[in-house]
Amino acid sequence: MSGVPGHDGWELVVGLEVHCELKTATKLFCGCPNSFGDEPNTNVCPVCLGLPGSLPVLNQRAVELAMAIGTALHCDIRPSTFHRKNYFYPDMPKDYQISQYDEPINADGWLELPDGARVGIVRAHLEEDTGKTTHAGASGRIHGADYSLVDYNRSGVPLVEIVSAPDLRSPAQARSYAAELRAILVATGASDGKMEEGSMRVDANVSVRRAGSSELGTRCEIKNLNSLRSLAHAVEHEAQRQVEVLESGGVVRQETRHWDEDRGATVTLRSKEEAEDYRYFLEPDLVPVVPDDGWRSAVAEALPPMPAARRRKLGALFGDEPVEPGGARSDQVATVVDLGLDELVEAAVAEGVPAALALARTANEAATDADAARRLPLVSYVALLRMEATGELTATQVKTVLADLLRDGGGDPAELARERGFEALSSEAVAAMVADAIAAHPDEWGRYRSGEDKLTGFFTGAVMKASRGQADGKAVAAELARRRAEP
Amino acid sequence: MRPSPARTASALADAVRSGSTTAAAVVEESLAAIAHGDGEVHAFVTVLADDARRQAAEVDRRVAAGEDPGPLAGVPVAVKDNLCTRGAPTTCGSRILEGWHPPYDATVVARLRQAGAVVVGKSNMDEFAMGSSTETSAFGPTRNPWDTSRVPGGSSGGSAAAVAAGFVPLALGSDTGGSIRQPAALCGVVGLKPTYGAVSRYGLVAFASSLDQVGPFATSVVDAALLFDVIGGHDPLDSTSLDRLPPRMASVVGDGVDGLSVGVLTEHLDGAAPDVVRRVHEAAEACAAAGASVEEVSVPEVRYGLSAYYLIAPAEASSNLARYDGVRFGLRVAADDVVAMNTATRTAGFGAEVKRRIMLGTYALSAGYVDAYYNQALRVRTLIAEAFATTYRRFDLLLGPTSPTTAFALGAKLEDPLAMYLSDVCTIPSNLAGHPAISVPFGTGDDGLPVGVQLMAPALAENTLLRAAAVVEAAAALVDGDGNAVGVEEQR
Ligand SMILES: [Zn+2]
Repeated sequence: MSGVPGHDGWELVVGLEVHCELKTATKLFCGCPNSFGDEPNTNVCPVCLGLPGSLPVLNQRAVELAMAIGTALHCDIRPSTFHRKNYFYPDMPKDYQISQYDEPINADGWLELPDGARVGIVRAHLEEDTGKTTHAGASGRIHGADYSLVDYNRSGVPLVEIVSAPDLRSPAQARSYAAELRAILVATGASDGKMEEGSMRVDANVSVRRAGSSELGTRCEIKNLNSLRSLAHAVEHEAQRQVEVLESGGVVRQETRHWDEDRGATVTLRSKEEAEDYRYFLEPDLVPVVPDDGWRSAVAEALPPMPAARRRKLGALFGDEPVEPGGARSDQVATVVDLGLDELVEAAVAEGVPAALALARTANEAATDADAARRLPLVSYVALLRMEATGELTATQVKTVLADLLRDGGGDPAELARERGFEALSSEAVAAMVADAIAAHPDEWGRYRSGEDKLTGFFTGAVMKASRGQADGKAVAAELARRRAEP
Repeated sequence: MRPSPARTASALADAVRSGSTTAAAVVEESLAAIAHGDGEVHAFVTVLADDARRQAAEVDRRVAAGEDPGPLAGVPVAVKDNLCTRGAPTTCGSRILEGWHPPYDATVVARLRQAGAVVVGKSNMDEFAMGSSTETSAFGPTRNPWDTSRVPGGSSGGSAAAVAAGFVPLALGSDTGGSIRQPAALCGVVGLKPTYGAVSRYGLVAFASSLDQVGPFATSVVDAALLFDVIGGHDPLDSTSLDRLPPRMASVVGDGVDGLSVGVLTEHLDGAAPDVVRRVHEAAEACAAAGASVEEVSVPEVRYGLSAYYLIAPAEASSNLARYDGVRFGLRVAADDVVAMNTATRTAGFGAEVKRRIMLGTYALSAGYVDAYYNQALRVRTLIAEAFATTYRRFDLLLGPTSPTTAFALGAKLEDPLAMYLSDVCTIPSNLAGHPAISVPFGTGDDGLPVGVQLMAPALAENTLLRAAAVVEAAAALVDGDGNAVGVEEQR
């Protein structure tokens, strides 16, 4: 769905800028630990405090992770340089940020959304993070604070900023892009993707235009989007605000706006006129980064499969039946990939479990405790699903046994089923119960015999009830059909 | 008047290493000379007497224990006050860093200590190395030991004066546009600016990062080579440090110039005083007499060096000096909010020349002006480097004056920034190209004050540079007019 919700005739144009903290052992330009949540100002040194005379030395691992992100986003990985972005702020020790400017390490890539749409990636460049300021006082903002405390532990932590093209057309698509990007960042091993801890931070550039127009409207940049939910809300509200401004004859001003989660609205942070002149120039303390072909291919080879490829691989398990984008099965595939449970599905299918069953159990039941499911011995999981496929256990029984497996971290599913008393009923027992049900419901039996097939469910239900769920539905249906065929 | 230098560093280190004297005695002699003479010269911002005695005792302990005390064992060294010394004040000649004690040693300082040298004090400088006379120091000017009514040059004037006055045989300075060579020339000592990247900048408080380079002052070329050998070589803490082994220049200094070709750079003769030009020609003749082929050469592009420099250096400085905001270290002037505090701190902490250059540099980088100023200056810098590359296909070395004049009077140029900036016209091109250059004393001018001649070479050709410098140095003793050395006592 595209467009501005609630406003026909308008098109929404969104591009996202995502800052991702890299999971390196040390900071971007010094040897201090890169770790979240430590005692303030303990992971600091002359370099990340910007002390006079200190100089930056680039962390090779950070470059590799940036290259991994670029590779995963189908970017050109290029010779790159660092610039200084100059502005004063107390949590920025040098009062300039070292960032890549006109020569980023990654440029011109794309990201494929789960629905198949491609979003352009303009660039994904390296830069250093700032420290963190806490303003003490009623406002919680710098203005009106009694005093401010600065923690430089985060100063110099490596970031990759990923800038999308303005290719997103709805709040849902913006959210889907951010979710997919997060999955890619986690898959590359570059980031833990935790928005709540700030290791992934999203800014949205939002503009609107008349449907059919090819010109871009004036955009506003929305900051303070702390979850995927607030991203979608903020984009929707900002688009509606802009449409209302334009429809009432006003003009959208280019500015930076702050998403106020409590009020459910964006508010002006600063206008374009107040924007800083960053006076970028080439960082003279660093040399260009020129990854050679060997380095590039080593990074590419070390890269695990990305979510889109994994989704395709799961989809291929269905053979000729395509997985419709946006359908229930496509959602299940996305869930399995998001949670990293692909292997469970693939192993089960390899052992003859029908793909639909393997996917459903994994996306619906195994997913309820994905951490435990990822640790589960594949052999236990596959054996359990085979018992369902062959009718040894019913779906209900399988779900119960799976919960036991997840709780215990593995085990023999046959054993667990026996402990639970989940013996498959013999065909004689099923036949006897079907006979009982027929005897108890002669009218329904008559209608069934004369061709009312939908009564299969009625009799199956009756047998299930009598067997307390232990009968296999398929076996019951087969017995009913056999009895009907008797003269 | 001719001050009398200390004994050479090589002689002192040999004496300490062989046990014929002690580091303690050498250092006491240096401290006594400073105590006696520095009241008038003011070469030092901080004298580190206690530290120096401790370091000397450690050197003597090593000698007594039979350990190698290092090639500079017991040699007193003055360190420019923009090089970080762990636990000791490092002011850059500025109020804004008053009271700041770095928690670490600059790489060059660490290498000095490792070589057995003893840091006796931090030498005075123009504030943040911005100046050519050491008059912009917040702690008062340094005076030229040859004539205390004259400036010692700058910005490393304290280091040059400390060596010239005989306080120390060696000193470290930094050279961004001539800040080692010009004061070396004005004080009659040897000053080397190495190839950019040959010496680590880690712990050198930045002025203009793409131009700054640390280098030695000494009373002789061989001593300068010795100190360069100690401080040079790759440093993993400086990304622009060249990936090379430490230099070994001291052993090749005596190899002469036979077969080398020397170009006398006419552009640098044009604006120089006639007595200075005469000395340059004499130095050229000395090279020819020693077997070099010498001819005049024009490199017109160097005329634009000064203009390019005064855009590039302030631009980088405007960014490098942003961190002096009162938040983390040094001076803080309290105010109602953080922006007012930043402003009040910088207003009180920086002197007029520093503020002028921050404003120039900020302007040169500003949106709408960056192309016409900063980027244009970068293009000029490239042109100059290319012109040098072409010239060095024909010549091994270039020769000219270091400074257009001998030492000028205190206050003569302080109110006229452009006149002051012109003091560096001959030294700036080497910084823009990243090339090594050296100033060697060569007699005196009509006023009896020292003249320095400058030798320039392509990147990493310190070898040929120092060989030629030694030839010029040897010839200087012969052309010297009055020839009779005047003792330290008389000079004071
Ligand atoms: Zn650090």
